[in-house]
Amino acid sequence: MTLAELKRGQQGIIIDVSSIHIPLKLLEMGCLPGNSVELVQVAPFADPMYLNINGSHLAIRKETAIHILIEMTDE
Amino acid sequence: MSKQINVALIGNPNTGKTSVFNALTGLNQKVGNYPGITVEKKEGICKLPRGVKAHIIDLPGTYSLNASSLDENVVIELLLNKNDKDHPDVAIVVSDVENLKRNLLLFTQIKDLQIPTILVINMSDRMAYKGISLDIAYLEKQLETKIALISTRKNKGIEELKELITHSKELSTKPCMDASTIDEAYFNNLRKAFPNQLLYKLWLVITQDVNFGKTDRKTFDTVEDFKTKSKADLKRLQQKETIKRYQFINETLKKGQTIDLKTAKDLRIKLDRILTHKVWGYLIFGVILLTIFQAIYDWSSIPMDFIDSSFASLSEWVKNTLPEGAFTNLLAEGIISGLGGIVIFIPQIAFLFLFISILEESGYMSRVVFLMDRIMRRFGLSGKSVVPLISGTACAIPAIMATRNIESWKERLITILVTPFTTCAARLPVYLIIIELVIPEGRIFGLGYQPLTLMLLYLIGFGAAVGSAWILDRIMKFKSKSFFVVEMPNYKLPLFKNVALTVLEKTKAFVFGAGKIILAISIVIWVLGSVGVNDKYDNAKSIITEQFDANGFSDIQNISLENKIERYTKDLVGANAKNSIELSELQISDSLHLKIDSFKKAVINDEISSLKLENSILGYIGKAVEPAIRPLGYDWKIGIAIVSSFAAREVFIGTLSTIYSVGSEMEDDENKTIRSKMNSERHPHTNKKVFTLASGISLLLFYAFAMQCMSTLAIVKRETNSWKWPILQLVIMTGFAYIVALIAFQVLK
Repeated sequence: MTLAELKRGQQGIIIDVSSIHIPLKLLEMGCLPGNSVELVQVAPFADPMYLNINGSHLAIRKETAIHILIEMTDE
Repeated sequence: MSKQINVALIGNPNTGKTSVFNALTGLNQKVGNYPGITVEKKEGICKLPRGVKAHIIDLPGTYSLNASSLDENVVIELLLNKNDKDHPDVAIVVSDVENLKRNLLLFTQIKDLQIPTILVINMSDRMAYKGISLDIAYLEKQLETKIALISTRKNKGIEELKELITHSKELSTKPCMDASTIDEAYFNNLRKAFPNQLLYKLWLVITQDVNFGKTDRKTFDTVEDFKTKSKADLKRLQQKETIKRYQFINETLKKGQTIDLKTAKDLRIKLDRILTHKVWGYLIFGVILLTIFQAIYDWSSIPMDFIDSSFASLSEWVKNTLPEGAFTNLLAEGIISGLGGIVIFIPQIAFLFLFISILEESGYMSRVVFLMDRIMRRFGLSGKSVVPLISGTACAIPAIMATRNIESWKERLITILVTPFTTCAARLPVYLIIIELVIPEGRIFGLGYQPLTLMLLYLIGFGAAVGSAWILDRIMKFKSKSFFVVEMPNYKLPLFKNVALTVLEKTKAFVFGAGKIILAISIVIWVLGSVGVNDKYDNAKSIITEQFDANGFSDIQNISLENKIERYTKDLVGANAKNSIELSELQISDSLHLKIDSFKKAVINDEISSLKLENSILGYIGKAVEPAIRPLGYDWKIGIAIVSSFAAREVFIGTLSTIYSVGSEMEDDENKTIRSKMNSERHPHTNKKVFTLASGISLLLFYAFAMQCMSTLAIVKRETNSWKWPILQLVIMTGFAYIVALIAFQVLK
């Protein structure tokens, strides 16, 4: 599944990042395969998404989130 | 020891880098620009133990050495260019304790450049709260550095940091990892071709997208040959490099840092639940904005009234004390009035920056970006446009510079183009004075009409910005890649020192930046108003005296005179009744006679000055533009003010006050201030008030929409790298302003 499908409060692990669509800056902020991700909050219409990636808190748009593949972890 | 140690502060945004800078330098700092570009350059001097001094430079925040903006490029240029006079002897990487992992990425890159580096871990006061503990000795060994654990909030660790800077010679320059393993063959080739160059430096030059400027370009020209790899390949390598660095960092932190999540408490979650809520979030944002405007209007009126009357009395005092002559007139009517026109904005600008810096410092501004992104995108803007649009209420210049972190060029360009519509601080004095003149004082639902009008004008400005963005988004067809990444920093109580320094620095920038222009124009206006173009100017005195001798006072002048005398008599009798000293009938009638004479003289003098002004160069300029602005409800005096405010809006009041103090020598108290002078201004032939509801609103709207700021145009040119955009702004905004003002006056009159 992609990161865009995550619901508020759910967590996952990043599996793959589509390198053409994702800016280097996002990778530098910790959005890399193997790192954990949690959806903290969504704005109206579920966009943008407020994430906790590996301890970094950041917001990205849904259009970016669909290029990040994740695996859900249940906690 | 006379040599200074050059220190550069580097770090991610929101790590408290500026707090560290403020803690080290205190008030010994200055803010300027890097030569040729508009990136803000902050530098200061720090006194170290044993008489050593350090020159500290606060570099723009960056997440890595892979620059994607001009600001970030500044960091790299400085680190790579050994010949730059600011090239650091020691780099201080500032990290906050909660985001150590991410901050170490930048740290390992700087270490690869073999610059002596100190790692500062800020916000250490939050460690216990967050359940974080660090093995400093282990980290220092692994990272080949010295670590200073500090808290700028609690003022801890600063002395230890100064000690480390003093001993910066002993720092290791060894890299803490080897990034070249990501593609050994490629890097080996590079090493062979440039045996004398630092490998990582070469790699940075090869991979930078941004124009590298002057950084010993000559040495690297041949590096072009090594760009044999395609852009996509290079990007893939950069990704590999990032992953590689994170591997090293994760391993290091696994042993060097323990986080006990059980003891970690998080205020962030609770606050975010409310502040980014679908309903409450917007409501709270609205209330905050409303509070800001009410506060700016109410709180600053007290110091403003004080400044207004102080400058009026100063001007009066100079006129009465210094010997009569051209110099005294220039001082009293040109310079002091002009200065008063600048100083009077200080309270409001200070309040505005106070609020903006508190919102920024507390971390709330990022939540606003998050909340607004979806809405702003509908208008072709980004959530990040909210910050420029809000800062635009202070000044369009820093606001346009603040668009740099908008990743998409189209969204950024639109933001730049529409930001000048937001109500900047320079419009505020124009608004305030006109609102006070033409809007009645009543209240509705506990809110005054006047503050409500002001708020409405802010909304109109914001609406014009958003509306034109929507149109531009539809017109501009080009596509650009849009990335949107915004960091959501932890909530922090703003540090008083940081807020105070921001307010001080921004106010100073306004006073000295805009002040220079205002003062210069005030003097020019005074000179133009004091040079006659025909005989009437030179013979004004005899012409008017003859007129009065022949015709006496006009009806209106008589009425106004009678009113004044009546009021004076009342005061005199009233004072007589209150005081124990009895005045005789004779004394009263004597004093009355004297007063009537002085009133009459004042009226005549006024007529003389106004005839002189009409026949001066300034009068001619105003008369020349009058036909164009007549349909908008303005006279030639306002015409002069509008022409001069094309340099900067705030000149309007300064110019009017110069014009009116040139034009009026009435001596009674109520005529002293600019406001009352404007209120008593009448059209000479019809004798209707110049500032009515219709002409006032027309003026307000003209100033709301017109592009009247040379400095903004210059910045837009610089940021868009073309004259096309600023010229379009000037023509379209001003044209629109004219039409709207015309309609408003014709409908309301």
